[in-house]
Amino acid sequence: SGAAMAAVLGRGLLAPVGARVRARVRVRCGPRAPLRSAASAAPLYDVVVSGGGMVGSAMAAALGHDIHFQDKKIALLEAGPRKEYDHMPDSYSNRVSSISPGSATLLSSFGAWDHVCSLRLKPFRRMQVWDACSEAMIVFEKDDLDDMGYIVENDVIMSALTKQLDAVADRVEVFYRSKAVGYTWPLPSHSCGTSPWVQIELADGRRLQTKLLIGADGHNSVVRKEAEIKNIEHQYDQSAVVATLHLSEATDNNVAWQRFLPTGPIALLPLSDTASSLVWSTSHEHASELLAMDEESFVDSINSAFWSNINHSDFIDTAGAMFRSALSLLKPSGTGVRQLPPSVAEVDPESRAMFPLGMGHATEYVQHRVALIGDAAHRVHPLAGQGVNLGFGDIACLAHHLSAAAFNGSDLGSLKHLLKFETERQRHNVSLIAATDVLKRLYSTRLAPLVLLRTWGLQATNALPPVK
Amino acid sequence: QLSLFRLTVKRPFSTSHSSVDEKEMKKFQLLAHKWWDEEGEYSALHSMNDIRVPFIRDTLLSMSSNYLRGNPLSGVKILDVGCGGGLLSEPLGRLGASVTGIDPLEDNIRTADRHKSFDPVLAKRIQYKSSSLEEIVEECMETFDVIVASEVVEHVADLETFIKCCSQVLKPEGSLFITTINKTQLSYVLGIVVAEKIIGIVPEGTHEWEKFVPPEELEHILESNGFSVKTVKGMLYNPLSGSWSWMESTSLNYAVHAVKSGAQGWSGPTDTLSETDIQQSSATAGTA
Repeated sequence: SGAAMAAVLGRGLLAPVGARVRARVRVRCGPRAPLRSAASAAPLYDVVVSGGGMVGSAMAAALGHDIHFQDKKIALLEAGPRKEYDHMPDSYSNRVSSISPGSATLLSSFGAWDHVCSLRLKPFRRMQVWDACSEAMIVFEKDDLDDMGYIVENDVIMSALTKQLDAVADRVEVFYRSKAVGYTWPLPSHSCGTSPWVQIELADGRRLQTKLLIGADGHNSVVRKEAEIKNIEHQYDQSAVVATLHLSEATDNNVAWQRFLPTGPIALLPLSDTASSLVWSTSHEHASELLAMDEESFVDSINSAFWSNINHSDFIDTAGAMFRSALSLLKPSGTGVRQLPPSVAEVDPESRAMFPLGMGHATEYVQHRVALIGDAAHRVHPLAGQGVNLGFGDIACLAHHLSAAAFNGSDLGSLKHLLKFETERQRHNVSLIAATDVLKRLYSTRLAPLVLLRTWGLQATNALPPVK
Repeated sequence: QLSLFRLTVKRPFSTSHSSVDEKEMKKFQLLAHKWWDEEGEYSALHSMNDIRVPFIRDTLLSMSSNYLRGNPLSGVKILDVGCGGGLLSEPLGRLGASVTGIDPLEDNIRTADRHKSFDPVLAKRIQYKSSSLEEIVEECMETFDVIVASEVVEHVADLETFIKCCSQVLKPEGSLFITTINKTQLSYVLGIVVAEKIIGIVPEGTHEWEKFVPPEELEHILESNGFSVKTVKGMLYNPLSGSWSWMESTSLNYAVHAVKSGAQGWSGPTDTLSETDIQQSSATAGTA
């Protein structure tokens, strides 16, 4: 894991202080840019975003609403068809995201958060995380009783983003059913005669040119592969099972619950006073079993996962209890009140699904005229509830640098400001991705020493706000 | 605008009343193809855009009440004297200005033309012309809102003539922006010995210390040719980071903003941008 961590540190973080990164000559073996006459027919955009998911759409919307991009041409390429989100079905979708307050701020910066609020979302005030092998628990709560975050269906976010893209249709052109099949990279800047722009070929033969290509095309990013950017990746031996659940009784339901089982974390994310969304990361075999079993057994499994003490051992319990009483001598109020999670009554039919989990990190986020954001740059285990928030953080950072570059009259594809984005985001993302990976591995075991370690670690962390 | 530049006869450069120096031209000839390599010989000029473009942009914005955010310099006619490969013309064009770039070296103009040709927006907004400043004075009397002469005055043969010509092609109350190098011991050591001979961030032989211009001298020439000096700011290049920043002292590089007096005398707005290094008392001379 140490070697992997060093590898994921990426470019630049290990460079000596003050050293200027020279020699950006990245020799790519792909097809060369065509001569000017052939290329001049293809329309030229200032920015093309490849991938119309939550992160790609939000990136295009953020730039489209930016004051310094008023006269710029932006294109968003989405392989799928345009979805109409005009009215939300009564039942909840099984794909939800935990949106941090920072992400909410980004979305409201271009008017999308208002739409989300007018559709539906569930704020939560508190997060309780605990270990199935001991009593150890950690509670996250904001002192000022503000919302810690929001559980929002992905469809709701997409609906809001689509509305805001429509609002700037004069600047942002969205190409649906337009999969990019080939990218042609420009030669280094001092060669004349060939087009300096990135050439994009679509599946239907249409061509585009752009000064900056932003890859938001997911963890199997084609942009990243074509740019020959090395990706550190690892498939976890886990899949996530998602479902929409109905609670036994109505409750305030403003707590997000996560319990670390030896097989993986199970999380219950509130959707409303009577419904919650399930994200259960477990082995592939167990995930398949969960999908195959009848609805009653499925509900029983969930309740048992949250309530059963079957994984406790007397030794751990005693050791944990002793540690806790020692802690309470030092900091009486620090251990937090343990709430009890709600019990589940039924599962929405047809709402069960599973998808494999993995981690990934691109060693570079940028090259001349290329930037990666979202899962194309980094893929993380859902246990931290961070996935899409990292992507939104990428957008906030990149949009900030591009806006400043546009206001300076700079060439948008210039590495100078792209590297600033990369440095800022790698610094932020790497530690989080590494920590999430470590947590995932630490909690995937019943071995007593490791259980004790994480038990005490969790209890101590819960008692000490700065560490938390 | 294009019709003004139908001169096809290349006049030989006159010796006494021209600001173009033949020796200087030869130096730049060899590097005409290197302009657009951001990591190459001209990397310091590329990174200078990070401070000189905001300086020009913010000064002009602060002077105008019509603030069109999407296109800050829309409608502004700029003359870029000694434009080289167009390193400064292009950002100004991207901000909405109509830029005319002139340079006596044809190869520079060729490079600049070729580079802008791939971007239809820039191709329309920027016109390049191989010419000296004197050669365009006749057709361009009081034509431009702004003149930028960045890293140029330390290469001209006759500074007085140069400034006079600037005044002639500039509209009344138009702005002149100059960046250049001071003539001090420090600028000799750092600007020539270190920059050219040791670290090599400036191609060797580019600069001649004798032709460096102290800000006092520049201000004097400006003021005696109908300009009011508004701002003088020191600039500093950090070779380790490859970036420029502003500084108090003008002992190395510095930038100047001057305004041509209007027809009826002019009280310019206070410069709100940043600390003024040397304020001439005649800066308020415009008030009637």
